[in-house]
Amino acid sequence: MSAPSQDNAVKGSIITRAIIYVVLILFVIYYLLPLYVMLVNSVKPLEEIRSGNMMEFPKVWTLEPWRAAWSYAQIGVEPSGLRPYFINSILMVVPAVLLSTILGALNGYVLTKWQFKGHGIVFGLLLLSCFIPFQIVLIPMARVLGFLGISGTIPGLVLVHLIYGIGFTTLFFRNYYAAFPTELVRAAQIDGAGFFQIFWRILLPSSAPIAVVTIIWQFTNVWNDFLFGASFSDFDSVPMTVALNNLVSSSTGVKEYNVHFAGAILAALPTLIVYIVSGRYFVRGLMAGAVKG
Amino acid sequence: MASLTIENLRKNYGATEVLKGIDIEIDDGGFLVLVGPSGCGKSTLLNTIAGLEEITSGDIKIGPKSVSGLHPSKRDIAMVFQSYALYPNMTVAQNISFGMEIRGIDKSEREAAIQKVADMLQIGELLHRKPSQLSGGQRQRVAMGRALVRDPQVFLFDEPLSNLDAKLRVDMRTEIKRLHQRMGTTIVYVTHDQIEALTLATKIAVLKDGYLQQFGTPAEVYNDPENMFVADFMGSPSMNLIEATVREENGKAAIQIAGDGAGAGDITLPANTPGLRDHMGGKVMFGIRPEALTDPEGADRTGADIIQQDCLIEVVEPAGSDTFAVTRLGGVEAIARLRADADIHAGQTAPLAFNMTKAVFFDPKTTARIR
Amino acid sequence: MKDRLQEWVPRLVLAPSFLLVLLFVYGFILYTGYLSMTDSRMLPSYGFVGLENYQKLFALRHWNTALTNLAIFGILYILISSLLGLFLAILLDQKIRAEGLIRPIYLYPMALSFIVTGTAWKWFLDPGIGLENVMQQWGWENFEFNWIKDRDFAIYTVVLAAVWQSSGFVMAMFLAGLRGVDNEIIKAAQIDGASGFRIYRKIIIPMMRPVFLSAFVVLAHLAIKAYDLVIALTGGGPGRATELPATFMYSYTFTRNQMGIGASSAIIMLIMIFSIIVPYLYSELKSGEQK
Repeated sequence: MSAPSQDNAVKGSIITRAIIYVVLILFVIYYLLPLYVMLVNSVKPLEEIRSGNMMEFPKVWTLEPWRAAWSYAQIGVEPSGLRPYFINSILMVVPAVLLSTILGALNGYVLTKWQFKGHGIVFGLLLLSCFIPFQIVLIPMARVLGFLGISGTIPGLVLVHLIYGIGFTTLFFRNYYAAFPTELVRAAQIDGAGFFQIFWRILLPSSAPIAVVTIIWQFTNVWNDFLFGASFSDFDSVPMTVALNNLVSSSTGVKEYNVHFAGAILAALPTLIVYIVSGRYFVRGLMAGAVKG
Repeated sequence: MASLTIENLRKNYGATEVLKGIDIEIDDGGFLVLVGPSGCGKSTLLNTIAGLEEITSGDIKIGPKSVSGLHPSKRDIAMVFQSYALYPNMTVAQNISFGMEIRGIDKSEREAAIQKVADMLQIGELLHRKPSQLSGGQRQRVAMGRALVRDPQVFLFDEPLSNLDAKLRVDMRTEIKRLHQRMGTTIVYVTHDQIEALTLATKIAVLKDGYLQQFGTPAEVYNDPENMFVADFMGSPSMNLIEATVREENGKAAIQIAGDGAGAGDITLPANTPGLRDHMGGKVMFGIRPEALTDPEGADRTGADIIQQDCLIEVVEPAGSDTFAVTRLGGVEAIARLRADADIHAGQTAPLAFNMTKAVFFDPKTTARIR
Repeated sequence: MKDRLQEWVPRLVLAPSFLLVLLFVYGFILYTGYLSMTDSRMLPSYGFVGLENYQKLFALRHWNTALTNLAIFGILYILISSLLGLFLAILLDQKIRAEGLIRPIYLYPMALSFIVTGTAWKWFLDPGIGLENVMQQWGWENFEFNWIKDRDFAIYTVVLAAVWQSSGFVMAMFLAGLRGVDNEIIKAAQIDGASGFRIYRKIIIPMMRPVFLSAFVVLAHLAIKAYDLVIALTGGGPGRATELPATFMYSYTFTRNQMGIGASSAIIMLIMIFSIIVPYLYSELKSGEQK
């Protein structure tokens, strides 16, 4: 998105430009509104939400909903708050992201710089695997995880996210390394460097941008996943998204909207922070995922 | 230092054959230039010498030793790439010494070698910079430095000057030639630029479509082309190739170039090439270089066979040191190279001198030379 | 000898990933395909029943609701997201002063989990505390907006939330496309006397064809996979009014113990996605090779 602005601009009167700005600002409101509602109502007492107006600032400010959401709200059968599940998600995300990124980098390196007969088919199959509806693997995966003795565990979830992340990480690195000059690899070969030395000494030092893109992409995807979490987790391995859904859609008791909003923000916080800190790379990942080849 | 021998080399990519039996031999200290249009197989040939691509059959020898099947790093070669291929994350010094580092040569020895090469190429002050901080010419020097430090049997150059601007290209060309004269190492050099080939080489190999078209000294390739492709490819502006009919004229062979049916009439020129007798009455391609087609005052007076003919001048292109005139012979454009101050104008009919001792003839069917 | 080993190293490095994907993706597809032709219920069982599950599936009212919903949701979601994305991209391309501030605001929902989006919109659209309540409090006593509780309209709230989440991303794709248009073409058009929105309509938008295609493929693929958003926003309800194939598959397989039918619905989903993705990837890879 760093492309220089160019002169596509419509030259119009001040009124046209004013209208453009008004429309743009209306959409700013549209996109920010749900976030605003969540924030404002997460610091209101429940009573005020039910009797008051969702759009208004709290009359009484309170951080109690946040405390509840984090440490003692009823999730499923446990009044544990979201904290243990937040930790579950971290424990799941970190190894899944790192492993799939490392494998993706190696795969991309092989598929561009050490092409062998059939490399196109291998890449095609890896790429296509990004797009399967995951419903198709739920049944056999449940059985295989059971067979491996890791069903309902965090290592089980790591394995699942690792496997179904390889396609995208390989795609990212493959496209990046495809633009990496092959002559550098050849020069290194003449210098006597082997497969891993070339990767380690020549390609990897230049891979920081794509590594960041890949890590952000994988982090966002794995953190935000719900389907695998809902299918393959057990009481002590439930990830954040599933816990949030349990919190929000539990049918017992009073609906504590303020706690729900605080919980939703907590679940969104890690990816939002990543987005705010490195939005450029986030967008690049989205683009790379959309425009293939 | 060593000689290089390529024997009946073939290379296939699947069903496509890109090198179709190449035989080249170059002496120790020679400068071999592989030249041809893009896709002719010259870069593939260089890569097979380097060991970056495997060969399908045949053999490559450096000195007496066959190197086919050896890893690139074990062939005792060094290569300079078109893009220079400098490792972007390393300094100039690290770039130059990377190969030694891989081989486990210790630091003091590495530094001595770096210093020696840096002095030779005058890049001492660049040693701690990254490639991104260098100009094109500086990168070129560093790439050469990385090759020199290996002190190999054979240097391989893959179009090393094609990324430089015109002026720098000429300077670096001279520098490479000087380096070769000083070190005397065998060089194999790939280019698509025939001027580079003529100026640098001791031997030129002209390739097209995977076949070796001609292998010889620059003078042989330029003056004595084996076929129409080589004649056309080498030299700039390229050789005029004109269709002509072989006739008997006063008991001697001559060629007749058809006029355009309007202003210009037929032109008949004597031709002494013995092989033309076999083509009596048939068509041949008459090849004459622009410098052998000139104004009468500028013609080589020692030439035995200089014939003047009036030609209609269509376009005049002054080029500083020379003036080029475009005329029409046998229905195609022909370029004459005149003296810079030749008094000539477009639309004028002027006498041109044909130096027939420099003329060559080709069989239009096989495109082979008639001798 | 060592050189031979070196030759195999790349393939050995790639092998684990490839085998994992081969087994866990393509092997599993085959397995699910096989299950879809068995009488599996709560657990896999291997009594072969041919295409019976598919016949049953398409006779099910729930499945047909899911397909209808997918059609409504898919078409509206793709159409609105694309048009809105293009519209916003063109507006943002008018040398907007605060572009650097506005663009990330349009795009941030893409970083959120569908569960978070669903939760936010679920309560925002809730007639009791959300928008309807707000408008009534602000004086529009008769304002009604209870789509989320209405069987006939609930699916449109899914569209609303999904568009909110993805339209910024489509905007970013189009903006990148607009910025990639050759400046000289635009200058040539201006010299030819074309101006303003006509340049967009006649020259720039037709050049966005590849972006439209990419956006379509991405959005269609998201639509068919849409699961979390429905779960969080409506839970598939009211009743089963917002059931989609993805939620159908899950509930039939894991809560209703109809694994055979669940598997067959997953296969149908796969066929839908592949019929869009495979030609696209094929043409992309083809054109990539030609470059």
